[in-house]
Amino acid sequence: MNYFPDEVLEHVFDFITSHKDRNSVSLVCKSWYKIERYSRQRVFIGNCYSISPERLIARFPGLKSLTLKGKPHFADFNLVPHDWGGFVYPWIEALAKSRIGLEELRLKRMVVSDESLELLSKSFVNFKSLVLVSCEGFTTDGLAAIAANCRFLRELDLQENEVDDHRGHWLSCFPESCTSLISLNFACLRGEVNLGALERLVSRSPNLKSLRLNRAVPLDTLQKLLMRAPQLVDLGIGSYVHDPFSEAYNKLKIAIQRCKSIRSLSGFLEVALHCMSAIYPICGNLTFLNLSYAPGLHGNKLMKLIQHCRKLQRLWILDCIGDKGLGVVALTCKELQELRVFPSDPFEAGNAAVTEEGLVLVSAGCPKLNSLLYFCQQMTNAALITVAKNCPNFIRFRLCILDPIKPDPVTNQPLDEGFGAIVQSCKGLKRLSLSGLLTDQVFLYIGMYAEQLEMLSIAFAADSDKGMLYVLNGCKKLRKLEIRDCPFGDAALLEDVGKYETMRSLWMSSCEVTLGGCKSVAEKMPSLNVEIIDESEQMEFNLDDKQKVDKMYLYRTLVGHRKDAPEYVWIL
Amino acid sequence: MVFEKDLNLDATELRLGLPGSSEESIRISNKRALPDMNDDSGVAAAKKCDQETAPPTKAQVVGWPPIRSYRKNSLQTKKTEAETGGMYVKVSMDGAPYLRKIDLKVYKGYPELFKAMEDMFKFKVGKYSEREGYNGSEFVPTYEDKDGDWMLVGDVPWEMFINACKRLRIVRGSEARGLGCVV
Repeated sequence: MNYFPDEVLEHVFDFITSHKDRNSVSLVCKSWYKIERYSRQRVFIGNCYSISPERLIARFPGLKSLTLKGKPHFADFNLVPHDWGGFVYPWIEALAKSRIGLEELRLKRMVVSDESLELLSKSFVNFKSLVLVSCEGFTTDGLAAIAANCRFLRELDLQENEVDDHRGHWLSCFPESCTSLISLNFACLRGEVNLGALERLVSRSPNLKSLRLNRAVPLDTLQKLLMRAPQLVDLGIGSYVHDPFSEAYNKLKIAIQRCKSIRSLSGFLEVALHCMSAIYPICGNLTFLNLSYAPGLHGNKLMKLIQHCRKLQRLWILDCIGDKGLGVVALTCKELQELRVFPSDPFEAGNAAVTEEGLVLVSAGCPKLNSLLYFCQQMTNAALITVAKNCPNFIRFRLCILDPIKPDPVTNQPLDEGFGAIVQSCKGLKRLSLSGLLTDQVFLYIGMYAEQLEMLSIAFAADSDKGMLYVLNGCKKLRKLEIRDCPFGDAALLEDVGKYETMRSLWMSSCEVTLGGCKSVAEKMPSLNVEIIDESEQMEFNLDDKQKVDKMYLYRTLVGHRKDAPEYVWIL
Repeated sequence: MVFEKDLNLDATELRLGLPGSSEESIRISNKRALPDMNDDSGVAAAKKCDQETAPPTKAQVVGWPPIRSYRKNSLQTKKTEAETGGMYVKVSMDGAPYLRKIDLKVYKGYPELFKAMEDMFKFKVGKYSEREGYNGSEFVPTYEDKDGDWMLVGDVPWEMFINACKRLRIVRGSEARGLGCVV
């Protein structure tokens, strides 16, 4: 293809948008590498420590959109100390110094300080979009800087971040000249907001398509906002508590009926059960419904709401829906592709309201189901085998039995056969999370059948090193493996260290790997960072190689040891 | 297991083992026992597990169940709000920019409650009569009861009221008509 001028190749590459494909393109030959790197605008970095900002900037001078992920996945569950790492400031600082015209920044599990938000807001004239998922370290002051300084801001999307809320004034910082907002999501903020400022902001944002409010926004404000923004496609309701006889409620009914474009609904962070009928007019068009933060919505009212949602493709719900409620979902939501059932009472394992029955009903009624996250009281092999038969299209299958080592309650057997059926039937399975009583056998099945598997999460499972070996040997496409509380030791860890270079990362905590084993990996594989996380100070006093390591996180990297690790992280 | 009789500290201790596992053997008790060579591995493992796992205690395993901290904190806030000793209820008034919270347990009866609400929102409650509701003011105190119905404050005995009341709302003007307000 050397006789094509560069511009032609560049034009062709414009059609190639997926990161994987663009990466492949860049490997063909030097000239393709060069053309690809100059034309690349969007970059995804799954582990912020695998590369440095300087190298990123050097390779992709045309960068406009950057996605960064920081802490390992288990950090979501408090298994990683808060200051372990994943700081975004150095990235923003480096980008600010360069000539990169950053327009979009998407961060997941990173530490974001107010200073970094302020620097971000002042350094990139065309900055348009900020998405923060499961991040921490910032306050509403940082948001105020973004609001005040990003003149062409289109998107501010905050999902499940722990934000220190200094109350109120950040929304007022959007200048009168800011009319470009398309998406505003502040549902995770806990504090009050200036309602007048919010109303004015929505009024002057004709392109606003997505608006997710926090619980401090009352119903009468919601009604006013909807009147000003009937073009909304995605709505997150904050507080839905009101007097059914009030003017505000009547006005809300009218306002909602004007919103004919809403396809996605979430929130109900506070809810008065008796007035859900105002919502029914928009239910018929919904494709995404997220009620997972609405424990006040349950029983018959919830059932009735769902019965109106015939076009639903994605449903996130709490387990108080019960097996019976899932039966209603199965009868109503024939287009359902994704189901997530969260625990409403995570620490009282006996009270979970869904069992294997609900899942079987949904699998029978919703043949398009391909993505599942299911927290339940119990599961049986028979149910999993039925689900596998009904739904061979699973891409994501994450099952969490609240009692992590519970066997099949009917047969008292481990759940090996059930999960085995899932991996055998679902040939496109990319992500799997296991729970319940499991032996090495399930890993034999996974190694044998899960050919497309990219991410596997294991907890309290297996009998021996064989389990881990089956997976490492069998799953050729494995990228992320995270393990806790399993009897996997050095033999499994060291069997094929080269494999870890083909993966993004490996996490092992409360397993049987020793310091010596970890050192061995680090010695043999200089392209990996092998981190030992130990807050108990044991590592300082006891350097015995035979000592078991509490938490190990290893990942491939092009830039060697990171310099920002705290004291209790030891990089071998 | 030896534990303080009253506090049951051991049972509520946060650690990495499973509920029921003992202090000294945190590492060992995390995993199931290796099956006997001659035994059917599944059954032996399951049996061993039944013995090891004590009846459900309140001991919590770190990081389990695997839900995001943000979600966990949200649920806990909702629970704590429901369970703390005080009887805090939200008070809203039509037209006010934000709501307030008051502790119903602090007041001995309706007069004290009204005084507190009047001070907080700068208004005056009318005169109550069973037949006509509140006379002489455009503001009417209402509350949401456990059934989700909106009721006029003052009809039932105080004790019954504070147990039934989930939140308060001071309704004003025309909207109060349905609740027996004579302006």
